[in-house]
Amino acid sequence: MAERSISVDRPRGLRTFFLQWEWLLVLIFVVVNVINSNLSPYYLNLGSLVGSTNAFLDMAFLVLPMTFVIVLGCIDISVASTVALSAVIMATSFNAGLPMPLAMALCLVVSTACGLVNGLILVKFKELPAMIVTLSTMIVYRGIAYVILEDQASGHFPNWFSFLGWGSIGPLPFILIAFAACAVLFGLLLHKTSFGRKVFAMGNNLTAARYSGIKTDSVIVAVFALTGLMAGVTALFLTSRMGSTRPNVAQGYELAVIAMVVLGGVSTSGGSGRIGGPILAIFIIGYLTYGLGLVNIKANVLLIIIGSLLILSVLVLNLRFGKGHRRPASPNAKMIAAGKAPDAKL
Amino acid sequence: MSADNKPGSAKGRAIRPGEGFRELGLLMFIVLLCIGFQARNSSFLTLANIQDLLANTAILGILAVGMLVVIITAGIDLSIGATIALAGMTSALTVAALPGISPLLSLVEGMAVGLAVGTVVGLLVARFNILPIIATLGMMNIVRGVTYIESKGAWVSSYQMSDGFLNISRGTILGANNLVVMAVAIFIAAWYFLSHTRTGRRLYAVGSNPEAADVSGIPRRRLVWLAYAIMGVLSGLAGVLWVSKFASAQGDTAVGYEMSVIAACVLGGASITGGSGKISGLILGTILLGMLNNALPLINVSPFWQQLIQGAVILAAIIMNVAVKRNNQRSALRKRAI
Repeated sequence: MAERSISVDRPRGLRTFFLQWEWLLVLIFVVVNVINSNLSPYYLNLGSLVGSTNAFLDMAFLVLPMTFVIVLGCIDISVASTVALSAVIMATSFNAGLPMPLAMALCLVVSTACGLVNGLILVKFKELPAMIVTLSTMIVYRGIAYVILEDQASGHFPNWFSFLGWGSIGPLPFILIAFAACAVLFGLLLHKTSFGRKVFAMGNNLTAARYSGIKTDSVIVAVFALTGLMAGVTALFLTSRMGSTRPNVAQGYELAVIAMVVLGGVSTSGGSGRIGGPILAIFIIGYLTYGLGLVNIKANVLLIIIGSLLILSVLVLNLRFGKGHRRPASPNAKMIAAGKAPDAKL
Repeated sequence: MSADNKPGSAKGRAIRPGEGFRELGLLMFIVLLCIGFQARNSSFLTLANIQDLLANTAILGILAVGMLVVIITAGIDLSIGATIALAGMTSALTVAALPGISPLLSLVEGMAVGLAVGTVVGLLVARFNILPIIATLGMMNIVRGVTYIESKGAWVSSYQMSDGFLNISRGTILGANNLVVMAVAIFIAAWYFLSHTRTGRRLYAVGSNPEAADVSGIPRRRLVWLAYAIMGVLSGLAGVLWVSKFASAQGDTAVGYEMSVIAACVLGGASITGGSGKISGLILGTILLGMLNNALPLINVSPFWQQLIQGAVILAAIIMNVAVKRNNQRSALRKRAI
């Protein structure tokens, strides 16, 4: 398990600085790039390196709020369905005569409402784990999308709408700039505001957080609503890039997003992680896909690589931080406790 | 979140009548649904249709048994969709290459593939302490990738399969479809295993309190490993049955099916936090989900409504479950006060 200390006197020093998870990610990132540039002479070209980001950044908007959700010790697997539902509602309302800016606003409102519903159910029925609640809303949201659009595709957006997914300002794709802005905002929110500290505190020990006066319910609702909002942003960029939308769009995004967050060193038992890790993970997986695509390595090899990377990273994290970890297992994380018996042998 | 549901959802005796009530409620809902379906379409409650429905639900049921075992240990397995595809593809490729192979051998082959995957997952979870959701998420990708590589992206279609292989899912024993017979046998075996053997009871102990299980000398890691191995074998079996039933093996077979299986377990009353869940509830949950999957077209409900109805039923079921439990606790408290 990753370190779970939130105390003020976190040890500082060269050793702890260099033993951070992010350095390993940077190393992986460099290795990926070196391998890629050796594989294909077309890879190391600044223009295409920057330009290729719009192929994978739409999903990245979900990684940011998912980091909050996972630091909170929850999980949200309904995000991909929220993307589909809000995209479908945007497209149908536009084709029913709503002006495009209003349709885009409606997209964000719908997605935020989806997140809000998740959060409210979780808060009203505390006995239910987030996994189960979002599993059922995942089916419901995508179900609504199917009811609205059946098996049709909907598109015919105005030309300027494609700017979101394909446009660029100077040499930089617009989506990269938008993502950078969101990443900075979410980083500040998580690490520099009291809201972020509350999220960490709740992820470490929800009961203790409540007794120390944190309005835990509103934090949970806020985090899930934020996740919904970002799902709407993803829907905008994804729809813009694809030019049209279908009810089965973004299928499987939820697991890919969770994989990126975990690869970024955020522990699924909550209370630990930094925003930089998941952001690095986005670019590692993105460039891995891009580079291997250049040399015609099939997507299925990529699946194996990403899966192994995920398992190995957690394995290393366990071995590296698991030893000498003396803090007793917190009562809210039964799953960690499950992994922590001192010497039960297989 | 889990901090709250521990003390609240007491798994002790006080909750027993509630669980019975839950299953009764589920049964009543199924009966009502049957009456409604029958009223809309009089061919719903015919023997042929019921047999059809059961045969279509059998694979879900077999998988749900494995998932229940994993969920009882407070785990989860997201890799089963991929395992189904790998086992199905492996057996289909073998049949395509050696048409004379006995169907029984195909089943064994699929189960062996599943066991191999399940063993690796169990090793990761039990020995290397990787959280089940992460380990199985990673394995899902790996196994799916291996399936695509093994098949070279191609399909195995029905003309490449021998009659014996296709008859695994078409044949009947005593008038019932093979799939149904297998599912019933697995339900009975799992019921006996979970309720009446020491290992089965220990699985519940591991799931409801791992530290206590360790302290009382239960080989926790070995049991967790066993749970994933069982899940693997059953998904391997389901893979062969799937390919035989749909007469085609593809790389993307059963993508996302793990969510349906988890939904069947949750509908059946298994708690994702571990330590609870019964076969009787699981059977009802599976049948309900099977009815929603298969019977809606019969009453002229557009297939596009299917997912929404299914999701709404699951959401309603889990929320009702909580409401019933709360009510029970309140009445238990009231009894104590007097």
